[in-house]
Amino acid sequence: MIIQHPLLGPRDSSEFVYLGDASLIDRPDWQAENAAETFYDYAYLRDNPAGENRELWFHEGGDRSWLVVTRNTVTHEISKVELACDVARMRGRSK
Amino acid sequence: MHDLIALTALGGADPETCTIGSVTCSEVPDVALASVAARLGREGETHSALAALIGQKAPGIGQFSGQTLIAFWAGPEQWIVEAPFESHEGLAELVKDGTKDAASVSEQTDAWARFDLEGPDVQSVLELLCNLDCRNLATGGAARTSIHHLVCFLLRRSTDFFSIYAPRSSAQSLQHAIVTAMKSAL
Amino acid sequence: MTQVNRLNGGQIDRTSTLNFKFDNRNFTAHPGDTLASALLANGVRLIGRSFKYHRPRGILSAGSEEPNALVELRTGNRKEPNTRATTIEMFDGLEAHSQNRWPSLRFDAMAINDRFSNFLTAGFYYKTFMWPAAFWEKLYEPVIRRAAGLGTMSMQEDPDEYDKGFRHCDLLIIGAGPAGLMAALTAGRAGSDVILADEDFVLGGRLNSETYSLNDDIAANWITQTVAELSAMPNVRLMPRTTVIGAFDHGIYGAVERKGDHLSAPSEGKPRQILWRIYSGRALLCAGATERPIAFENNDRPGIMLAGALRSYANRFAATPAQRVAIFTNNDDGHRTAADLHAKGVKIAAVVDIRPEAPLNGDYEVLRGAEVIDTKGRLGLTFAEVKLADGSNRTLDVGALGISGGWNPNVHLTCHQRGRPVWNETLSAFVPGDTLPPGLTVAGAANGIMSTHGALKSGAEAATHALDLKSDAIAIPTAEDAPVTQTPFWYVQGCSRAWLDQQNDVTVKDVKLSHQEGFQSVEHLKRYTTLGMATDQGKTSNMGGLAIMAEIAGKSIPQVGTTIYRPPYTPVPIATFAGRMRGKEFHPTRLTPSHHWAKERGAVFVEVGNWLRAQWFPLPGETHWRQSVDREVRQTRASVGVCDCTTLGKIDVQGTDAADFLNRIYCNGFAKLAVGKTRYGLMLREDGIAMDDGTAGRLAEDHFVVTTTTANAVKVYQHMEFVRQCLFPDMDVQLISTTEAWAQYAVAGPNSRKLLQKIVDPEFDISNDGFPFMACGNITVCGGLRARLFRISFSGELAFEIAVPSRYGDALMRRLMVEGEEFNVVPYGTEALGVMRIEKGHAAGNELNGTTTALNLGMGRMVSKKKDSIGSVLSEREGLNEADALNMVGVKPVNSADKITAGAHLMDASGPVDAANDQGYVTSAAFSPSLNCYIGLGFLKNGSDRHREKMRLVSPLTDLTVEVEIVSSHFVDPEGERLRA
Repeated sequence: MIIQHPLLGPRDSSEFVYLGDASLIDRPDWQAENAAETFYDYAYLRDNPAGENRELWFHEGGDRSWLVVTRNTVTHEISKVELACDVARMRGRSK
Repeated sequence: MHDLIALTALGGADPETCTIGSVTCSEVPDVALASVAARLGREGETHSALAALIGQKAPGIGQFSGQTLIAFWAGPEQWIVEAPFESHEGLAELVKDGTKDAASVSEQTDAWARFDLEGPDVQSVLELLCNLDCRNLATGGAARTSIHHLVCFLLRRSTDFFSIYAPRSSAQSLQHAIVTAMKSAL
Repeated sequence: MTQVNRLNGGQIDRTSTLNFKFDNRNFTAHPGDTLASALLANGVRLIGRSFKYHRPRGILSAGSEEPNALVELRTGNRKEPNTRATTIEMFDGLEAHSQNRWPSLRFDAMAINDRFSNFLTAGFYYKTFMWPAAFWEKLYEPVIRRAAGLGTMSMQEDPDEYDKGFRHCDLLIIGAGPAGLMAALTAGRAGSDVILADEDFVLGGRLNSETYSLNDDIAANWITQTVAELSAMPNVRLMPRTTVIGAFDHGIYGAVERKGDHLSAPSEGKPRQILWRIYSGRALLCAGATERPIAFENNDRPGIMLAGALRSYANRFAATPAQRVAIFTNNDDGHRTAADLHAKGVKIAAVVDIRPEAPLNGDYEVLRGAEVIDTKGRLGLTFAEVKLADGSNRTLDVGALGISGGWNPNVHLTCHQRGRPVWNETLSAFVPGDTLPPGLTVAGAANGIMSTHGALKSGAEAATHALDLKSDAIAIPTAEDAPVTQTPFWYVQGCSRAWLDQQNDVTVKDVKLSHQEGFQSVEHLKRYTTLGMATDQGKTSNMGGLAIMAEIAGKSIPQVGTTIYRPPYTPVPIATFAGRMRGKEFHPTRLTPSHHWAKERGAVFVEVGNWLRAQWFPLPGETHWRQSVDREVRQTRASVGVCDCTTLGKIDVQGTDAADFLNRIYCNGFAKLAVGKTRYGLMLREDGIAMDDGTAGRLAEDHFVVTTTTANAVKVYQHMEFVRQCLFPDMDVQLISTTEAWAQYAVAGPNSRKLLQKIVDPEFDISNDGFPFMACGNITVCGGLRARLFRISFSGELAFEIAVPSRYGDALMRRLMVEGEEFNVVPYGTEALGVMRIEKGHAAGNELNGTTTALNLGMGRMVSKKKDSIGSVLSEREGLNEADALNMVGVKPVNSADKITAGAHLMDASGPVDAANDQGYVTSAAFSPSLNCYIGLGFLKNGSDRHREKMRLVSPLTDLTVEVEIVSSHFVDPEGERLRA
C-alpha cells in the first residue's frame, strides 16, 4: 500500500507501523464519574467495519508523525490522510 | 584536552572506503550533529535562529540547506544540524546558544553513522536499497526513509552524490548491504 | 546425437553450438533455444512422468503456462526441481534430469498406478486413508508423498545471491508483444518514464512465433527497430526475463527479474534473481493470450501439443517434435500452424477440424467435421484415431498432434485485486472485467483483441489514454487484422481418461465425479479434484474444467464463474522473496561501542533484539559458563565490575511541559523531581498492565533523559510520540532518541566510586555527599570529554552509569580496565547482570511480561491517584485488585542443593498438583553466588503475606518437584545500604 503522507507525499506502507482505530485519540476524562466504564470502552471496544475506517499509523521509518488514515478495509482505498495532531486538536484535545 | 581515542562507527581508527565500478562508498566520521526541535509557539524564532546558524533560510519539508553548517529537515518543526567534527565537536552547545529556549537541542553526533555514496551509477545501487524514488529526489532534498530495515536519512548533495545517515550501532550491517548492492548492480 | 528435428530459419544462432545434458545424455543446441526447443530439435519428446499416474509426458506449450515438461535443472546445490523446460534459456553445459520416475524415465515402476486409475480418482486420498488417524502421519503420508510428486530438492543450501529492489515509473507495461511495444513507443516518445517488462528473453512476444508481416516487412525487423529505439530512450527501461507476478495495492507490482538463470552460474557478487517492487503511476497489461487445449481420450501423450506452440517451435526455434504432424482444431488459428509447418517442410498428415465448413487447403488434407477420439503410442504419440464426419474412423500415422481450442486472454493480473473477468460470447472466453486494479488498463489479446493490427492499435491507444497524451502521436504499422471468433468446444463426447490438468492428473472423468459427489461450485471442484492447483495454476486447464462443470450442471460458463486468480503469476523461489535477508543478514545487527573490545576479550555474545551483547567473558581455564558468571558476580560485589548498558533505550524529553509529560506516561509522579536527580519510573499500558520501566534523570528544568529497557526501546518511543501527538498535542514537549549517541557503562561494586574518581575530572565531586544515590549530571572525564553520570544501581551495589559520546566508548572501556586494575576490576556480561538483578529483586522483562500490574510487581502504591497518567484508571479495576492477587516474591530451595527453574509453578506443601491448586509461578531463576544456592523470583497469590511459607515448586512436564521457601524478593542487601554507600 501507499500512504499519501500529508507532508511528504506518497510513502510505502512498509515505512509505517499500524496501531488501530483512530478512536484511540478520544481518551476519556480520568476524573469523570463514570471514568471506569468510559476507559473500559476506550481500551477494549472497537468497531470493525468492512468499509471505510479511520486508523492510526505511525511513520516509524520516516518523520515519526502519527497519521489518521481513512482507509477502506475491503478495497484498501485510502481516501484521506491527516496528521494525527491536527485531528486531535480538532477533536478538542489539548494538554 | 582529553586523551581518549575515537573509533569510527565501523570500529576502525580510520574510515573505510570501497569503490566498485563507478561508485564509491565512504564512511564519513568527521561530522558533528545536533537536533533542533522548535518549542510550541516558538517556531518563528527557531527558524530565524536556524537561518542565522547556517547562513541560509531554514530548510522546508524534505530539504536541506546551509554552507559550513547544514541543516536538514527531520520531522515537523525538527531539523538536524550538521557540521565538520574537527571544528565543531561542541556543535550542540553552539546550536543551543543560537536557539536559546526557543528550541530543544540534543547532541546527535554519534547517534548516526554517515556513508557517502558517489558516482555516475549511484542510482542503480540505491534502487536495490531504498524504496524511495531517489531519481526524483532533487539535489538539496533530504528524506528519512527505511534502508535495509534501518531508519535512515538520505541527502542528495548533487546529481551523483548521496549521503546516508544510519543508526550508528548498525553501521556494519548497512555497509554490508551497500557493498552487496554495489557488487550486484555495478 | 544430431539435431534430427531441426528446421530451417528461426531465431537461433547457428554460428555457435551449446552442449547440454538431459538424463545424462549429451545433446547440442544453439543460443536462442530453450531446453524444450533443443530437446525437440534433438528428437526427444518424452520429458517426464505425471504426478499421480506416472504417465509418460512431453511438452505441451512453448511458454510459462507449461504443465508437463518439468525437469530438475542443474545439479548439486544449484539443483532446482519443477523447472519448466519451455522457459529454460539454453546455456552451454546445462544439465537437466527428468522427474518422478524410477528407475528410469522410459521404464518407471510406479507407472503401475496408471493401471489402478479407477481407484485413484478425485478424492481418493480423502476416501481411502481415513483410519486409523495415527497412520496418516507415520505411514500413509510418507508413502503417498514418495509415490506422487514432482522433483526432489537438493537439501543443500542455495549458493546464489538474491536481491530485492525498488523502481518507480509513470507507466509500467507488462508484456512486450505488439501491444506492449507500441504502448512503450507511444509513452516513450512522449517522454514518460516507462518500464517495459516481459517474461521472455527476447522482446516481441507472439510476433516472434508468427510469420506475419508488419509494414510489409517481416515482423522481426519491426521488433528490432522498435527495441533499438526504446533502448536509446533514457526514459524507458526495458526489463526482459522479468515476470510481473502480482498486482498489489495502489499501483505496486511485484516483478521477478532472472539475472543469472541463463548462465551456468551467476558471476561473483551478482544476484541470480531480483524481486522488484515497481511503483507505477499507471500500468498497462499486454500479457497476450494462452491457447487452450481440447480434451479427448489419451490426449496426454508426448507429441501432443498446443498448435500455437508447434508454430512457435517451428518459426522461432526452428524445431519440430516430429516430421509427420496432424492438427486438431475448432478455429482458424489451428490452420495457421498447419500452413507454417508445411512451409517449413514438415509433413501435415491432416487438419482435423470439428467445423463442417472449415476452410480447405490445397497443400494438405482438411478433415471437416471430424474429431480425434483416441491416440496410441506408449512413450510418445504414434497414431491418432479420428472419427470422420460420416461416422467412420481413420487412423493418422503421426509423431505430433497440434491442438487448438481457441485462445484465452491472460486476465490473471486483472483479478489480483479480487476483480472478476467477464464472459465474451464472440471469443467464448473470459476477458477482463470492469473492476480492474486501480490504475491498470489492458490492451491487445489480454483484452480480447486478437488481431495483430488490433493489438498494435490498442497498445498505442491505451498508453495515450493512461498518460493523457495527445492522441495523434504515432502511426500504427500495417498488419493482419483478421476477425476472430471462437466456438466453444472443450472435449470430445464420450471421452473419460481425457486430461484437463496434466500436471495434477485431473481428467474429464474426475470433474464428472466431483459433480456427482456434490462438489459443484468451482472452488469445491478445484479443491476436490486439485484441478488448477499445480505449479502452473491451471493456465491451460481451468477453462476446460469449469466448462465441463457448467455443461454437467446445466449452467452457462459465466454462471459457474472462475476461481480466484492469485499472485504469483508463475512460481517464484522462496529465496527470491528472502532476497538479501538471509542467515546472518536476516535482520541488521546492532553492535555496542565496546563490541570490538569485548570480542578481543573473548566474550560470548547473545542476541538481544537486534543487539549483540556480551553474555560473559570467559577466562582461560574456565570450562563452564557458570564459572565465568559466578566469578563476574563475586568480583563485582567484592570490588567493582563494568558492564556495557548502551543498549538501554535513551530518549531525550525536552520542553516546558516535559515534567508534566512524564507525569502522564509514568504511573508515578515526576513533576517534583529535582534537577540533578534520577527517579525510577513505571509505565503502564492504558489497560493497567505494566508496559516498561526505567529511570528518568532531570538534567535541567525542561530536560529529562528517559531510559527504557533494551527490548522495548522502539515501542516506548512510539508510545511516547502517540501520547504527545495524539493525546496531548498542545503540550510543549519534544522527543528524540539518543540511544546510539552515548556509550553507557554501568560501573558497579563497592569500589566503583574509587574507580570513577580516577577518570572523572577533579572539578566534579562524586562523593556520597556531592553525588548521592539517584543523582545525575553532566560532567567531563579524562581531561575534558563531555559525559553524563547517573548514580543508579541495577545490581544493588554502589553503582554508577557513565555515558560518553559513542566514538569514545571503546577508549573509555579500555581506560576503565586499566585504571581498575588496582581494584581487580571485572567486565561482566548480561548473565551476571541478570544474576545480580535477581539477587536484588529487580523486576525485568520476565516479570514485566504483559500480564502483570504494578500491584503484582509490588509497586501498587506507586500508582499516583492525584494525577492523570496512562493506565491509572484501569489499574483500579476490581479484577486486578482482588485479595489474592499475585505478588512478586522470592523463592529459595529448602534443601540448598535443589535447583529452582523458571516456568515452574508453586503449589501448597500438600494436596493435589493441578491447575485448581496452582498458587503462582516462577519467572526468573539463577544460581546466586552470593547466597551459594539457586534462587528465583516469581508471582504468588497474596504472596506479600506468605513469606517463610513452605511450598512445592513443580514442573510436571520436566518431572520436577522441589520444596521451596517463600521469601522477600530482595535476597541481597534488603535495606539498600550498599547502594547508598
